Amino acid sequence: MYNFQYHKPDSLDAAVTAIAGAEDGKIVAGGMTLLPTMKQRLAAPTDLVDLSAIPDLKGIGLDGDTLVIGAMTTHAEVAHSDIVKGHTPALAGLAEGIGDPQVRNRGTIGGSIANNDPTADYPAAVLGLNATVRTTKREIAADDFFEGLFTTALEEDELIVSVAFPKPAKAAYVKFPNPASRYAMVGVLVALTDDHVRVAITGAGQDGVFRASEMEAALSADFSPQSIEEMALPAESLNADIHGSAEYRSHLVTVMAKRAVAAATG
Amino acid sequence: MVSISMTVNGKAVSGEVEPRTLLSDFLRVDLGLTGTHVGCDTSQCGACVVHVNGRSVKSCTVLAVQARDDEVTTIEGLAAADGTLHPMQAAFREHHGLQCGFCTPGMVMSATDLLQTNPDPTEAEVRDWLEGNICRCTGYHNIVKAILSCAAELRGHKVAAE
Ligand SMILES: Cc1cc2nc3c(=O)[nH]c(=O)nc-3n(C[C@H](O)[C@H](O)[C@H](O)COP(=O)(O)OP(=O)(O)OC[C@H]3O[C@@H](n4cnc5c(N)ncnc54)[C@H](O)[C@@H]3O)c2cc1C
Ligand code: FES
Ligand code: FES
Repeated sequence: MYNFQYHKPDSLDAAVTAIAGAEDGKIVAGGMTLLPTMKQRLAAPTDLVDLSAIPDLKGIGLDGDTLVIGAMTTHAEVAHSDIVKGHTPALAGLAEGIGDPQVRNRGTIGGSIANNDPTADYPAAVLGLNATVRTTKREIAADDFFEGLFTTALEEDELIVSVAFPKPAKAAYVKFPNPASRYAMVGVLVALTDDHVRVAITGAGQDGVFRASEMEAALSADFSPQSIEEMALPAESLNADIHGSAEYRSHLVTVMAKRAVAAATG
Repeated sequence: MVSISMTVNGKAVSGEVEPRTLLSDFLRVDLGLTGTHVGCDTSQCGACVVHVNGRSVKSCTVLAVQARDDEVTTIEGLAAADGTLHPMQAAFREHHGLQCGFCTPGMVMSATDLLQTNPDPTEAEVRDWLEGNICRCTGYHNIVKAILSCAAELRGHKVAAE
């Protein structure tokens, strides 16, 4: 790991100033992605700005029917929160399925979605549940937030403050974890709100998380596993790597989506 | 260099570190606490697990400066002052939960964290919890046995004490 200057601001304003003033500054949240990347020298920031002392970024609360999760909230906190379990149990279950207990004790929701790893779990929840990402500059709808592999709408000096989730009528997340890393080979979040269904898929897309619009249309008409039985995403648009071919992922998407619908209705 | 201080195994410690110093290196090199092992550079093996403010974390993926002013417990901090093993350590010995012993400090620190929140885990819950702790020797079977036995023993003690 190359050396850097370390900053630990105690307010959002001070964090933004520190990032803006650095030559090549990076935010560190849980560090579960950034520190391994720096150890491999794939990232070499001049400055690290640690968000862990900023009270505004922590905590889980309800704003009417909207669930608001602070950017620095860990996966373990989301997994064990009674507020999350009461609002959207699928989200608590998703957090409990990330990596391993030690990763869940440090890794944060803000870090996960800012990173936008194409096999990460949280992007599927944010997109599938139609959440809003609240930043130091604006509110960004999930549909506009994820822009591609490891790319988001965030600007250089823009921090995620919290993520706001509307309450779905029904929702479920099912993933087929990579047996070694627990990242999603394919993960599908299905959510029903009023009469509309959203289906967000992680792990499979060449450009990261995406919505499966054909499945959404079929499920909006008939919210049952049978309605997507015969539906397969074209393999050409999906990821292929040492863990699985695009055809394999295409098959997994349908299977995971059916299981998610069954879990949401069951 | 930056000055840091923290509490390690109940004792106040301090040191001068580069910001890039990992907590695992601070413990092993600066404090000589070599019970915390480093088995990988990808944050996957769990040999380096310690407790920070009561929760298990991978000390190879935490900067020493991030643990400034925190309470850290390592494998050296588990046994009683007179050398009596912690029940989890005793259970690993009793049930032959180790062979080469390289993964053991991380296994024990991870397992003690599990029992704090789940004093009566099922075998499946124990195996699931060990997702971040890799053992190349034992096949996990005796590790799982040791953890289940320690959990039962601690519950028994609790019942007896009440
Ligand atoms: C062994 C292992 C297994 C894992 N398995 C899984 C898995 O199964 N599923 C999964 O989804 N993930 C997995 N992860 C990743 C884990 O969830 C990370 O915690 C997460 O991706 C990053 O969160 P972090 O808080 O650690 O962020 P960091 O590593 O601190 O930061 C990640 C990136 O986000 C930026 N960032 C952080 N916070 C903010 C903010 N508030 N505003 C703007 N930018 C910000 C940082 O600058 C950095 O670029 C795994 C990681 C490890 C080490
Ligand atoms: S040494 Fe920390 S996870 Fe392997
Ligand atoms: S006992 Fe050798 S790695 Fe676990």
